[in-house]
Amino acid sequence: MPEAYDVAVIGAGVVGSAVARALAAYELRTVLLEAAADVGTGTSKANTAILHTGFDAVPASLEARLVARGYALMGPYAEAAGIPVERTGAVLVAWTAEEVEQLPSLEEKAHANGSPDVRRVAADEVYALEPSLGPGARGGLLVPREAILCPFTATLALATEAVSNGVTLLLRSRVTGVSRSPAGYRLECGREAVHARCVVNAAGLHADTVDGLFGRSRFTVRPRRGELIVYDKLARELVTRVVLPVPTKTTKGVLVAPTVFGNLLLGPTAVDLDDKDDRGTTREGLASLLGWGRRILPALAAEEITATYAGLRAATGSGDYQVHFDADDRYLCLGGIRSTGVSASLALAEHAEERLSTVVALVVKRSYRPIRMPAIGEAMTRPFQDGARIAGDAEYGRLVCHCERVTAGEIRDALAAAIPARTLDGLRRRTRCLQGRCQGFYCLGRITAMLAAATGQPAAAVTAAFA
Amino acid sequence: MSVADVDALVIGGGPAGLSAAVELRRRGAGRVLVLDREPSAGGIPRDCRHPGFGWADQRRVLSGPAYARRLARLAHDARVEVWTESAAVRWTADRRVEVTTPRGLFPLSGRAVLLATGCRERPRPARLVPGDRPAGVLTTGALQRLVHATGERAGARAVVVGAEHVSFSAVHTLRASGTEVAAVVTEWPRHQTYAPLRWLAAGARGVPVLAGSEVTRVVGRGRVEAVEIASRDGATRRIDCDTVVFTGDWIPEHELARLRGLALDPVTRGPAVDTAFRTSATGVFAAGNLLHGAEAADHAAVEGRACGAAMARYLVDPGAGWRPAAEVRVQTGPTLLWIVPGLIAGGGERPPAFVTRAASFGGRGAVEVRQDGRLLHRKRFRSLVPNRSIHVASGWLADVNPGGGPVSVAAVLARESP
Repeated sequence: MPEAYDVAVIGAGVVGSAVARALAAYELRTVLLEAAADVGTGTSKANTAILHTGFDAVPASLEARLVARGYALMGPYAEAAGIPVERTGAVLVAWTAEEVEQLPSLEEKAHANGSPDVRRVAADEVYALEPSLGPGARGGLLVPREAILCPFTATLALATEAVSNGVTLLLRSRVTGVSRSPAGYRLECGREAVHARCVVNAAGLHADTVDGLFGRSRFTVRPRRGELIVYDKLARELVTRVVLPVPTKTTKGVLVAPTVFGNLLLGPTAVDLDDKDDRGTTREGLASLLGWGRRILPALAAEEITATYAGLRAATGSGDYQVHFDADDRYLCLGGIRSTGVSASLALAEHAEERLSTVVALVVKRSYRPIRMPAIGEAMTRPFQDGARIAGDAEYGRLVCHCERVTAGEIRDALAAAIPARTLDGLRRRTRCLQGRCQGFYCLGRITAMLAAATGQPAAAVTAAFA
Repeated sequence: MSVADVDALVIGGGPAGLSAAVELRRRGAGRVLVLDREPSAGGIPRDCRHPGFGWADQRRVLSGPAYARRLARLAHDARVEVWTESAAVRWTADRRVEVTTPRGLFPLSGRAVLLATGCRERPRPARLVPGDRPAGVLTTGALQRLVHATGERAGARAVVVGAEHVSFSAVHTLRASGTEVAAVVTEWPRHQTYAPLRWLAAGARGVPVLAGSEVTRVVGRGRVEAVEIASRDGATRRIDCDTVVFTGDWIPEHELARLRGLALDPVTRGPAVDTAFRTSATGVFAAGNLLHGAEAADHAAVEGRACGAAMARYLVDPGAGWRPAAEVRVQTGPTLLWIVPGLIAGGGERPPAFVTRAASFGGRGAVEVRQDGRLLHRKRFRSLVPNRSIHVASGWLADVNPGGGPVSVAAVLARESP
């Protein structure tokens, strides 16, 4: 029997990666198990890319506490690790009389959630803040600290830091069975079983299934699909901050948000599904978004659409996170994180650390290597803009993806990273290549050839399927 | 790096840009510099490995790559400086751009600047085709570069969306590289290319054209498995395939034009230019497919050549002023979608032709050019075909009254015979 790990973390989304990174600081043998071929391919890759303050959470809920705490932790971490974050702020806009009536209670809620800077604004101030908004805004709420971030880099940074500090990452390792073993647990995941003394369930959309493998049936994840439209960079200047609607009971509603890649995002829709893999867009969903766009930001109609996608939030029947710790069983469940995972991730990791400290000894490692991710945010100095960088290495001056201005040097680096890109989608998330307005018209051939060469596979294999 | 000032800075080394540069040199312009962001100049024809290039400008028929090489060689022979792998990434002054190259960053400015950045096809997301997001969804540009960069076929069985010239260029690439073409799908009642081109691409056995139909959904989680197609009569069907190629539906590559704040034509979304290819910004010209989406490469070259001549005149006498205060607008009737150039400058400036596109299919008739009711020009046509351009000669420009009303261009159909 191979040596047992101290902790196995199931799921390398943003939450699992954050937990693994937190544990990497200690003298522990930790394994991060991921069903897919790369980290961050579930809910963590397809969301609204917002770093929430938690101003609109249910006060005193676990989610409210962890999002507020996670927000506070993410700022300095993003700065240090090079995760693109832009502090745009947000304005929540009331379009009807009923929505205006909700503003005072939303303001009160924000104050209760530790956002005392949130304040109501009159219609004229809403238009002064965002002059391109469509007619009919009746008032709003200014949320100064709401921010946008790159969810791809957030997950990759956390997982990379974990791996760089001794965590074992096992990809294509879906956990399909759990049994007791002398070490604690035996986890069936593909060819070889993994043994671990403690287990953290961060399986996102599949957290309920994994919880079931541990003999629990505490919640059911019902994926809530959100379709989104990404507009061309030339639309970016239409807003300066995130434009939020008044939330309903089931959803935060359709928003318009700038992205850290310099695009504009419109969405998401909210439709409950049964299929946990159905990330397709629909005619109705896209049509409804166009309708919202026409109302919120009429000028959008003339702008080009760069991408459409759908993400699945891990919704449960409950209004709160499904965080359960069974000390006797050395099993921690971090489920039902819905759409606030990236905002709460560092707080969830802190929470996991606290809980696990009661069952494993947390001895701080003597040497620890912080990491720095490649600069892919529009507000950062990127390689193509950096003369000194190019002087040192001409590959950083060799543009391959023109729409997103990604250089051959960055693609080379992503193919050789600590968690290397092994698919076109992996390269896309690490470098921004293929994400731009041409969707590969100019660069797909060259990038495919580079990926094929780096992985020693024929091109047909690397373009065979997205993963 | 120090600022490099040239006489003419040409952004984009495709047929229009290279041809303009050669013409500038022929007319005595001093330093002419062409920037191309790809490893070799020549533009889109580099990846079109079939004949059909060069007749209008070179009086010979070449393959795309041979045509691209020839244009690059002519530029070299004319002592045009061509910088490849050189991308103009932003404007730093009215006629100055910052350029990223493997040799570093360069500020470059021209006394005159030409934007010849071409066009691209709208990809699937921009067309809002719903469904899964699998691998195997391409545009013609992506397909041709993929096949040529990797030397492998793109898939086993493809559906091509669109049935205009470029669609059959995609069919040709697919078949030549070993991909079966299951169908060509068009919303129009029939295909819009020339019969010989279609034959050349599809071969004697042909390719089924599903007319009056549109792709309504892409199916397949990891890789394309099928597309769903709805026809105008309400029937739906599913075609199994592992590749979908979205063709045509051009959008000008207008980022630099927009970042410079140039006035755009509201329909083509390319910069609005006058008969001397002048944009709304002094000293900034635009030509080629940036103006109107894809025309044949040799037409872009002819346009570039005319633009080069206009730029050369401007460089000799920049003090003569930019566009005149009194311009005559050119407008199209309901049967035509747009016309380029859309402004008449006067002063003897003549583009090689006005380019216009039909809004739908039609029979025999004539394009009529009128000003204030007066017929200036009439050009007969045997049929109107959407996605195919009509070139209207510009000899009538001398008869335009500079103080008169707008010039209207309309396609007037002959009465149906009983």
